[in-house]
Amino acid sequence: MKILIIGATSAIAKASARLYAARKAQLFLIARNEELLIELKEDLMIRGARSVAYYVLDLSNQKNHGEALEQARQSLEKIDIALLCHGSLPDQEACENDYNRAKKEINVNGLSIISLCTELSKVFKAQQSGVLAVITSVAGDRGRQPNFIYGAAKSMVSTYLQGLRGKLLAHKVHVIDIKPGLVDSPMTSKFDKGLLWSTPELVANKIVRGIDRKNHTVYVPGYWRIIMATVCLIPEFIFKRLKI
Amino acid sequence: MQLHGWGRFPGVTAELLEPPTRESIQKLFGTKKKHGPMIPRGAGRSYGDSSLADTVLSSRFLDSFLEFNATTGIIKCGAGVSMGALLTVIIPEGFFAPVLPGTKFVSIGGAIAADIHGKNHHTDGSFCDHVRSFSLLLSSGEIIQCSRDENRDAFLATCGGMGLTGIIINATISLHKVSSVFIKRNSIVAKDLDDCMDLIDQNEDSKHSFAWLDCLARGKSLGRSILHLADHCADGLQQPKSRVSLSVPFGTPGFFLNRFSNKLFNNAIYEMWKHRKNPSIVNYDSYFFPLDNIRNWNRLYGSKGFLQYQFVMPSSSAREGIREILKIVSESSTGSFISVLKKFGNANQNLLSFPTAGYTLALDFKNEPSVFPLLSKLDEVLLAHGGRLYLAKDSRMSEDVFKAAYPNWERFVEIKKTLDPSNTFVSHQSMRLGLTQ
Repeated sequence: MKILIIGATSAIAKASARLYAARKAQLFLIARNEELLIELKEDLMIRGARSVAYYVLDLSNQKNHGEALEQARQSLEKIDIALLCHGSLPDQEACENDYNRAKKEINVNGLSIISLCTELSKVFKAQQSGVLAVITSVAGDRGRQPNFIYGAAKSMVSTYLQGLRGKLLAHKVHVIDIKPGLVDSPMTSKFDKGLLWSTPELVANKIVRGIDRKNHTVYVPGYWRIIMATVCLIPEFIFKRLKI
Repeated sequence: MQLHGWGRFPGVTAELLEPPTRESIQKLFGTKKKHGPMIPRGAGRSYGDSSLADTVLSSRFLDSFLEFNATTGIIKCGAGVSMGALLTVIIPEGFFAPVLPGTKFVSIGGAIAADIHGKNHHTDGSFCDHVRSFSLLLSSGEIIQCSRDENRDAFLATCGGMGLTGIIINATISLHKVSSVFIKRNSIVAKDLDDCMDLIDQNEDSKHSFAWLDCLARGKSLGRSILHLADHCADGLQQPKSRVSLSVPFGTPGFFLNRFSNKLFNNAIYEMWKHRKNPSIVNYDSYFFPLDNIRNWNRLYGSKGFLQYQFVMPSSSAREGIREILKIVSESSTGSFISVLKKFGNANQNLLSFPTAGYTLALDFKNEPSVFPLLSKLDEVLLAHGGRLYLAKDSRMSEDVFKAAYPNWERFVEIKKTLDPSNTFVSHQSMRLGLTQ
């Protein structure tokens, strides 16, 4: 199994990579911090990966996406699964008052992913096979007051993936949209954690299972599908008054 | 946020720091120090207040494997790696953890800080006896290497030192070679305490040994128990099937565990084992981690949590002392739900390590007001018989009891002062025990 993981040093990506390593996969990692990549490479090798290679890249700069993916393609020869995990959790308040900041966040959480998907689609089409798995968020299901910049970027990706799924169907390429709920990771270190929070390890388990089963949209954990369906049912005249 | 140990007592409000990398932990110290007194925390599996302070620094993201030599069986990993993760990596290579506690959810850092023991203490010693070296981040921001040859004082104080000397970043451990992860188990019924201790003494050759004890039994059957002996099978290194895992999703009302359910449970266990065939071949995890497939079993004790009272008594006084303690417990209105007895081998040189030659008994008590006077009474018996309590399970021992039972505490404080002159590493437990101000 040959797997490309983008944003590989994030908590969810790391946990997923470890599950694939235990299955003796060949991995190609892309992330920003080389030191962390070196450590992760060694960790994955010890956990059973057949081979691990990496490419250092700041993903917010779309210019080098093509080059990075070309490296991945050459190293793996064929990409069975591409898992896109990178993202950031913006400061909503700051983004509301500063368009440049909002633009930067939408670029990282939305446009950079669409750029990568564009390049990956070419690779997969040429292969006539592959699985494209992208981590979005339940935040994309409805624009809520505390994080609608993040939500808007994620919902852009989700909508894009819906269309792409159909386009790639003829090329035997499968597209999965993974929507985690609240995840207890370094990205959310500032929050008080309650009952609805899950660990990166649990989320990774569900991601790998979703990919195995070729699901279309995976809510992790599954109860978020019900929670978000309920949130989406709230009439707008009430919803606009809610600060949830 | 609200934090507590595995016993869910005491609960405190604390700031929890979870730095994602070693660099980000290091940045918290030295000249840029922004935080007050703090204590490192691994998996949060110590029972009481050992890993509680106003600021708690978690090592959970230091969970990488760094080096593994599958020929020599030496592995280096981050302090946040769990025992379970370690086992999944080393078992396919034919290795096994040298010492396993009763749960696979502990972290390696925590295992060193508490110098944990397993069911094989009488044959293999405690966890730190298999630790070759570790890197320790001091409050100055400096990282030092500690082993028996390098920074020996820091090594002896940190092994079993409950996180008070610094933060363990990574550790190098010697593993045991095994031919199989399946366990041949012999379970022997002992009709009373003397019988049980005789059986333990007679079966010292068994690699693993512990006795489950019915602490509600009184009179003639005081201390009736089931002794579980085990050795690794000779062949067939296989990954065992994963077990069905249950979970206690939220706190249950504490009244489910009462004297009657307790009695029912203990009788059922005793009767069940009496009729089991010997020997039986079992997965390693059902022998070592019987409680792990009920996630969050600690919630069964209700919202107030529970206390564990684990002590060790030297062999010379243990028979008399343990009998006295069991008598007091069985006559009190509170009973221990699960009680475990085992024999320890010799102590090591670590300053605050718990195990010493003798017998150790672990008792669980639901947290209710009557427990505290009862445990103080047990403390008196314990001290009179030359025993001591396990720091990783303690949440209430007094300073006097601690200092009387751990004669090396002064030497520990001396070393801590040189390693941590700013007195940065402080837990609620260390304050209570007079180890820090």
